[in-house]
Amino acid sequence: MTGCLMLAAVNFHTLLFYLFALLACGFAVGVVVADNVVRMALYLVLSLGATAGLFFLAGAEFIGAMQLMIYVGGTLVLLVFGVMLTAQAPFVTIKTSPGDRVLAGVVAASLLALLLQAAFSVEAWRRPGLGEVAQPAATPIGVALVGVRVDEPPAGTPPGVRSGYLLPFEIVSIHLLVVLVGAAYLARAKRRRTQRAIDVAASVQSLVEPVVEVPRQARGSASALATGGTR
Amino acid sequence: MSGMLGIGVAIAGPVFAAADGVSVAHYLVVGAILFTAGIVCMAVKRNALGVLMGIELVLNGANVNFIAFASPYLRGQGAVSLGIDGQVIALFVILLAAAEAAVALAITLNFYNNHSTVDVDRADDLKG
Repeated sequence: MTGCLMLAAVNFHTLLFYLFALLACGFAVGVVVADNVVRMALYLVLSLGATAGLFFLAGAEFIGAMQLMIYVGGTLVLLVFGVMLTAQAPFVTIKTSPGDRVLAGVVAASLLALLLQAAFSVEAWRRPGLGEVAQPAATPIGVALVGVRVDEPPAGTPPGVRSGYLLPFEIVSIHLLVVLVGAAYLARAKRRRTQRAIDVAASVQSLVEPVVEVPRQARGSASALATGGTR
Repeated sequence: MSGMLGIGVAIAGPVFAAADGVSVAHYLVVGAILFTAGIVCMAVKRNALGVLMGIELVLNGANVNFIAFASPYLRGQGAVSLGIDGQVIALFVILLAAAEAAVALAITLNFYNNHSTVDVDRADDLKG
């Protein structure tokens, strides 16, 4: 009986907000603290996922879904591929000097104090939400992107014509096309200059036509086998 | 890391204990923490991919603020909500972040091909 009463007294919106907020902030701090790139990527995934939960709680279900699909599903996969393509060792750690860490901590503390002061400076923002449940946002967002507004003006907005988002939508679409072409151009396969690529190319070449001269680095590689192991 | 988490809880606990419902200011606090973490990540990390992750965190912190101001659910007495506009802007931010990540990753790959490292401190070829 008392259990049911306690359960009824719990505000699940507030409880879930604290849960997701703690996860998002904690894993964001984890991204900063971690030295391993793979671990940083994992913490970033969890932080962004918890932020999507915050979006759902705020009533922005479409943006939350987009956050999960584009950020967590797309951008993070891209980042993990970047980690895989640029890793020299299984555990990549490039250490930061302790002086930089202390300086960054001081700057971060002052910046956080400033932002928190700003967040609590307006009295209307501190009042608890009225809990007005909005209509599903996917259709208004979709038609607003092609220039038509069907959503009700929120309470308190001044009257007047509200513009759609056709022009920004077109600009973003052209932007994405240019980015696609540019990224493919920048990351295209071309002559590699890394030491490993040079070694691989040399070993492949020595397999095709056995060379007589000494390989540059005697690593017991395929070129030594190709010459009969005489060197 | 658990120490940092403990400090975060110690700071946030009394602030949140005062309010009974979630307000816009709660979301602003979360956005501020995400933003600060991203700024520190950008400034401290020497790995280029770490710097990219910091940028993602900063954009995400800004998005939290947009969503909070757009939410009719969180709108307090006498406040004005952004409505759909804030959500559309958050959507644009997500799209531009994806585009930025793609280009920055291509640049990082090029840098790795030329320097065999992703340490941003080694990118000093143009230093006068």
